Amino acid sequence: MSPAVTLRKLVTIVCEADMESALLPELARVGARGYTITEARGQGARGVRDGAWRASSNIRIEVLCDAQVADALVDMLQARYYADFGMVVFVADVAVLRPAKF
Amino acid sequence: MSFEPVILFFMLGLLAGVLRSDLKIPGVVYEALSIFLLLAIGMKGGVELARHSLLDLALPAAVVVGVALVIPLAAFRVLRVVGRLSQPDAASIAAHYGSVSVVTFAVASSYLASRALPADGYMTVFLALLELPALLVGVFLARRGQGAVRWKALLHEVLAGKSIVLLAGGLLIGWLAGPQGIQPLDRVFFDLFKGMLAFFLLEMGLVAAGRLADLRRAGPFLLIFAIGMPICAGLLGLLTARLLDFSVGNSILLATLYASASYIAAPAAMRIAVPEANPALSIGASLGVTFPFNLIAGIPLYHWLATYLKGALA
Repeated sequence: MSPAVTLRKLVTIVCEADMESALLPELARVGARGYTITEARGQGARGVRDGAWRASSNIRIEVLCDAQVADALVDMLQARYYADFGMVVFVADVAVLRPAKF
Repeated sequence: MSFEPVILFFMLGLLAGVLRSDLKIPGVVYEALSIFLLLAIGMKGGVELARHSLLDLALPAAVVVGVALVIPLAAFRVLRVVGRLSQPDAASIAAHYGSVSVVTFAVASSYLASRALPADGYMTVFLALLELPALLVGVFLARRGQGAVRWKALLHEVLAGKSIVLLAGGLLIGWLAGPQGIQPLDRVFFDLFKGMLAFFLLEMGLVAAGRLADLRRAGPFLLIFAIGMPICAGLLGLLTARLLDFSVGNSILLATLYASASYIAAPAAMRIAVPEANPALSIGASLGVTFPFNLIAGIPLYHWLATYLKGALA
């Protein structure tokens, strides 16, 4: 690995598009410094989410952060959102440039 | 019975959905069409509104909004007592039925236009006013006796939501511009309106076909509710219209507003304010059953009833 890259966590959240406005302030609150959102479609426990209109649309939120923020983020999502919302969260190790940004 | 051609587009969408056709209208087109329709409906109402004194509207508006609060309250009782639904589910569905559907209103307006039944543009003001109160009632019913409500987030979600912003914004633009000022925009917003509505209804047919499957799992009660509720609410609208001495055209529009169930603003608001309610039930009932019912049978029924009541109570 090149000396310029450092390990960070990539937290990926796939959830209902309707949650976006409620979720974004929470990300900042647990210490995430940024995020990337993409439109998403797929199938899971709640059937097909085809994105034909807003109520059946998903988004994928990706957050790059350190391990501490990743833990806080996952705990917060599990406590506040898992019970009532369609949501899948997974965490991966990734190598990033400019680690101070995340 | 002769159908509005726009309704045939809805049926085509339903059929394509049931047949599992690969027809798919991209989400961005749906968004663009809904923005166009909301703006155009608002502007049309605003232009007409310029002909009336706003002060004269205050009393009928208060009556229309006040009586409409009966709808979510009654729906909640029926859903809880007869349907034995959980408190959040009953409250969320009640909010959907108390709020209004802009597209159902648009179809009713075009139904009236094609039958040369005049209606007043200020009915659009009632459309904008009726969206929010029932959502607040629904959240109150869901939260009664348990936990705090994030009222601020909810109010922001609805008032800053695209349907209120575009509808109220269109009303204001039309009202400020007046019939003369709006003329350069006529071609885009008014001449194209029916064609855009047809596209939108094609898409809604596709979406509604999918929601129907959700509802089938929920059992027969909701199915009966989703047809009985608009008929009762429509009757309430007709009686309120009699009280206010509305014309037949206005009466049909008010009945349609009371009978229609929201499927754009309400699902988003309820998802935020009452997340434990199952959206498959409320959207399945409002979009899968009530919306097609109103389009195909409800509006002609309210027309017939309005004419009948006019004769009987004259």
